[in-house]
Amino acid sequence: MTASSKGNRGFRLNGDAVLKSVVGAAAVGIIALLVGLGIELAYGSSLSLSTFGLSFVTGSTWAPIDNIYNALPFLVGTLVTSGIGLLLGLPLGLGIAIFLSERKGSRALVTAMGSLVELLAAVPSVIYGLWGLLVLVPFMRDYVEPTLKGTVGFLPIFSGTPLGTDLLTAGVILAIMIIPTISAVSRDVLNAVPNSQREAMYSLGATDWEVVRKAVLPYARSGIFGATILGLGRAVGETMAVTFVIGNSTNFPSSLLSPGYSLTSLIVNLLGTTTDPLADSALVEISLLLFLLALTINFLARGLVWRMTRGTKFRI
Amino acid sequence: MGTIMISGRSQSWRRNFDRLMKVLIGLSVVVAIVPLILVVGDVIVQGWSAINWNFLTQIAPSPCSAGDVSKFCSGGILNGIEGSFLMVGLAALVAVPVGIGAGIYFSEWPESRISFISSFTNDVLAEFPTITIGVFIYEIVVVSTRTYSALAGAAALAIVMVPIVARTTEESLKLVPTTLREASMALGIPRWKTIFRVVISTGKAGLATGILLAIARAAGETAPLVVTALYSSYPPTLHSVVPGGPTASVPYIIYNFGTSGYPNWVTTAWGAALVLVTFMLVLNLAVKFFIGRKFAGVRAEI
Repeated sequence: MTASSKGNRGFRLNGDAVLKSVVGAAAVGIIALLVGLGIELAYGSSLSLSTFGLSFVTGSTWAPIDNIYNALPFLVGTLVTSGIGLLLGLPLGLGIAIFLSERKGSRALVTAMGSLVELLAAVPSVIYGLWGLLVLVPFMRDYVEPTLKGTVGFLPIFSGTPLGTDLLTAGVILAIMIIPTISAVSRDVLNAVPNSQREAMYSLGATDWEVVRKAVLPYARSGIFGATILGLGRAVGETMAVTFVIGNSTNFPSSLLSPGYSLTSLIVNLLGTTTDPLADSALVEISLLLFLLALTINFLARGLVWRMTRGTKFRI
Repeated sequence: MGTIMISGRSQSWRRNFDRLMKVLIGLSVVVAIVPLILVVGDVIVQGWSAINWNFLTQIAPSPCSAGDVSKFCSGGILNGIEGSFLMVGLAALVAVPVGIGAGIYFSEWPESRISFISSFTNDVLAEFPTITIGVFIYEIVVVSTRTYSALAGAAALAIVMVPIVARTTEESLKLVPTTLREASMALGIPRWKTIFRVVISTGKAGLATGILLAIARAAGETAPLVVTALYSSYPPTLHSVVPGGPTASVPYIIYNFGTSGYPNWVTTAWGAALVLVTFMLVLNLAVKFFIGRKFAGVRAEI
């Protein structure tokens, strides 16, 4: 690879081999990293795995005093907050995507909004968390949650005192955070729908909405599903924004208005603060759970979006 | 007839429904954008009142209740800024060469099996919950060295950065026209030299983009630092790296001070948030500049 190898055919071939093995080592390193991550998390959680077995994910007790550490309340916390995030974020994110991909004419507006959304996706989650705690929590506590209690308060999911720091607020902040993700990916998926699809529908005399509803969305179905799952993955793995607002309680959440913990926020709050090796091991097992959840969600999302956008240069 | 085949409704019903849906979509855009703008707006408004020259040159204040005017109640985030620079810098030293190397491999040897698997792994890693990366480093570095450290924090950030650098490198090198590679190889220039002198030098704006994006992402990462670097009220020293000691960072200050409830700490957290958002914005504008140049370059080649 040095200048002295110039003109020597044998060394030239070596240069190729050297470069290939050096950059190849970096590529292999990335595979090793993911495998090592999985192995280390499995190894670190062995104590908890052997102590609790399957009851780790079915039991609802987290009691350091009795040396019992189960993950169900936090699994529920993660699934409920991500569910709310998706329920609110998907229609809005999809709305932006349709607006950006189907609105022809005002290019400047579409470009400006597109880059605004991309910029907002780059804002770190700790900023959303700070805003969530200091602005959204008081708003939810003083306005949204009393209104909910006044109208649909008879439903058991809205029982309890409106504190602001609860699963519902965590779900709302997740919705705000995944909107840029869902809209950016869905927009690219919608842009990948061939125009002939739209033209055929227009030629039948369809209105703009009918074109979207009957020609564009069905064609982009699997890609939008992929974008949704990708948004779900971000919500499940989101740590800081949730930690600020979820209320941090190890009790099993009794309603959307009760404080709780997600898998991620439990880890970030407790890892390193416990003196019990079993508690540490349980926290690592929760990370392992998160690892497997993220892996499954990622495979699913990538598979779907790949099927949809195969042959285009787009990728997530 | 065609209109009837699309739906059984009357023309005017369909036209009105079309208008309704357009209004709803417009509304959803507004509803979605408003909180996003509020987040940035509040950071600017609240952060602006916290920021002055001392904010960038003094270490963090002591926690004070409202009305306390002791001199220890005012301060800045110098310990966090220096800690962030140290850890992101150390992480970049490792992540940039590894990421660029992997990116070159993905782009220049795409047919190999390792390339396919690694590129997929890289995409998965890029979307991974960063807290699991933090736990991983906690297990293998913090537990074995028995201390939080800037080294552990940097290791976690490096794992966050590699996938971003690798992916951007791959994509920008793939944009380099094959004809350029062929022209170089036809002159008898070996492949490795072609990659360095022709491919990388044509795609270097893209490489710079990837590095900037990775730095922006790492600078805002909080969760892995909470379990690997924690916090110190003093700026980092060599001792924070080896043998290792707790190290502050800007995002950790936002998290810890923001949730503390002390008025002067909450103000400091807003100020730190504004500093971080400004840093992101500057890096993103730099990226836009590079991308603009990259496309200009490609057009000129054709």
